[in-house]
Amino acid sequence: MSKKIVHYINQFFAGVGGEEKADIKPEVREGVIGPGMALNTALKGEAEIVATIICGDSYFNENLEEAKATILEMVKKYNPDLFIAGPAFNAGRYGVACGTIATAVKEELNIPAITGMYIENPGADMFKKSLYIIETGNSAAAMRTAVPAMAKLAIKMMKGEEIGSPAEDNYIPRGIRRNYFADERGSKRAVNMLMKKLKGEEYVTEYPMPDFDRVEPNPAVKDITKANIALVTSGGIVPKHNPDRIESSSASKYGKYDIANFADLTEADHETAHGGYDPVYANIDPDRVLPVDVLRDLEKEGAIGKLHRYFYTTVGNGTSVANSKAFAAEFAKELKADGVDAVILTST
Amino acid sequence: MRLELGKIFIKDVQFADTTKVEKGILYINKNEMINELSGNEHIKSIEIELAHPGEEVRITPVKDVIEPRVKVEGPGGIFPGVLSKVDTVGSGRTHALKNVAVVTAGKIVGFQEGIIDMTGPGADYTPFSKLHNVVVIAEPIDGLKQYDHEAAVRMIGFKAAAYLGKIAKDLTPDEVKVYETEPLLESVKKYPDLPKVGYVYMLQTQGLLHDTYVYGVDAKKIVPTLLYPTEIMDGAIISGNCVSACDKNPTYVHLNNGIIEDLYEKHGKEINFVGVIITNENVYLADKERSSNWTAKLCKYLGLDGVIVSQEGFGNPDTDLIMNCKKIENEGVKTVIVTDEYAGRDGASQSLADADPKADAVVTNGNANETIVLPPMKRIIGTTEYVDVIAGGFAGSLREDGSIEVEIQAITGATNETGFVTLSAKGF
Repeated sequence: MSKKIVHYINQFFAGVGGEEKADIKPEVREGVIGPGMALNTALKGEAEIVATIICGDSYFNENLEEAKATILEMVKKYNPDLFIAGPAFNAGRYGVACGTIATAVKEELNIPAITGMYIENPGADMFKKSLYIIETGNSAAAMRTAVPAMAKLAIKMMKGEEIGSPAEDNYIPRGIRRNYFADERGSKRAVNMLMKKLKGEEYVTEYPMPDFDRVEPNPAVKDITKANIALVTSGGIVPKHNPDRIESSSASKYGKYDIANFADLTEADHETAHGGYDPVYANIDPDRVLPVDVLRDLEKEGAIGKLHRYFYTTVGNGTSVANSKAFAAEFAKELKADGVDAVILTST
Repeated sequence: MRLELGKIFIKDVQFADTTKVEKGILYINKNEMINELSGNEHIKSIEIELAHPGEEVRITPVKDVIEPRVKVEGPGGIFPGVLSKVDTVGSGRTHALKNVAVVTAGKIVGFQEGIIDMTGPGADYTPFSKLHNVVVIAEPIDGLKQYDHEAAVRMIGFKAAAYLGKIAKDLTPDEVKVYETEPLLESVKKYPDLPKVGYVYMLQTQGLLHDTYVYGVDAKKIVPTLLYPTEIMDGAIISGNCVSACDKNPTYVHLNNGIIEDLYEKHGKEINFVGVIITNENVYLADKERSSNWTAKLCKYLGLDGVIVSQEGFGNPDTDLIMNCKKIENEGVKTVIVTDEYAGRDGASQSLADADPKADAVVTNGNANETIVLPPMKRIIGTTEYVDVIAGGFAGSLREDGSIEVEIQAITGATNETGFVTLSAKGF
């Protein structure tokens, strides 16, 4: 008996319509539609697409929770061996939808799931760590190369075979580093790499440099005496007893707290939730990490306009770059909306 | 400068009445050797044990590994400025006992000493499991401060290596290898068409038991300078490190540096290997900037076309590595860097603490955070008492049955950043 696959595509690839139909709700149809036909052929009888779920890109992204729940229910009914979404090529909303639903199927239904995208699709960056995303060209013209690669990986996963390197199995590198014993020792590899570099020949670095997100400082605040200044910290200062239970390490959340009534933070009202440094001095006087007292003085002296009513806080200890970015993206919007001119960011 | 390195291949090591080498077997008079090493006021007792490849033996906590060598002809002696006078070494003839090493062990000095398993999965990760190891266990007197403890054990290790090395003086080597580096202007004249290549050798000098010595000078206090590669083969650079076992350079690695050997392989044929620039890895920013400025300046001054830069340790020195790479590349010198990774136990985190687009040619010696289970061994040389607290260990690393779950960080030489081993890592 061949294995069962459920396929997810958007309104465009289902032939329902373009942007004007992007708001259609999820629906399921038996058998294959659109790119599923080519996929089915490429699966060479090892597996078969038993159903296709179609959803409008706008609907999915604007009704995320609802769409996800509905589609998960649909998938569950077929109890497939694998779930394939897309390929989405360079279609941004479609890519995000494919990544979101494939991740949900994998994590909530425990069914292996893959998708395919162009490397610059925003969905690729969002989901490459949680999913195998076959790297495709940037338009549907690349369907011919995308389909066999997706089918090959799908078969491997269903058979429980070991997944090769990104180059071997054509997926977008997930950023997972794994050890192996090379044929030659490192010194020899280094000398050989240098020889190629000297000759201007092609060589492959063993560790591509990550993109460090270096932030250029903003220009100085024009008139600090009028500025509304907010405090933000990764030093874990929270109201006493950590009401939102921010983790002491690998934080999954941040807190927003009102300091309108505080001229000074003390042991009685604030503490640190941070598990990565000696907390004694921060707990005795939380102003050491979140300098509310000094900013109140400056406010009184007229050296700054005012101290913003809320501070934002999380724990930096072991917290991933991805989480930190997501926190800041969210509260930076609020800070802007609240008319904050400048932020003092303290760490430990 | 021209050095003949005579190699005597040792097939086995045994205790006997007389210390000698006969038919490839090293015999050691244990009492005589212990007497030779005794007399340090900071050391209470010394014991010597043997560990052979394939034996069910675990050695821990390992401090240094040293190859026995002796100067046969030419100026100076092994470990100049430390055991011998500070004559400039690296020329004439030196003999080495191959396939054998002195390993220093005993009560822990810092938190960052290592494990050598002579068999099992751990043995695959340490280059020293393939050697006949003469383990010197030196126990400190009570209440000894860490610095004095480290210094005492370090000296005993060198003395032990010198004691064994001197037997090699009158032996006929099984193989003689010649290494020669001419003075710069002469070599350029001799090989006008070959690209000029150098090696930037970063030495761990963060202090607090993270030290390296050059002709007896604490390398924290040097500015980058030039060495003939053969000086290093005579022990000009020694380890005083109690840093993470996986990526420190034990003295054995300094003596047998793979990058130097592999560059010599191509010397005079495809490249002109003009020499070694040594530099340090200090903790202060001004020191980092000065040293990296100077390595770049020296590369330019020597007219190099390419260099290999190797790192020692991780985290803080990642910044030294990247500064060196960036500044040397900015001088128009093509650069390959050799490092290892700390990508987390799941391999999902960023591997280095610093990065730069100029570092586009990287050799990695593996992710030190990957964990391994080392099965119980029949015999322990030293003690497993400290396994939970050494770098790479964690609460519960040592299990009741004697097996150990640790990051490979705890295995001596596992991710050595001079490319001494074959371990590497790939992105998935």
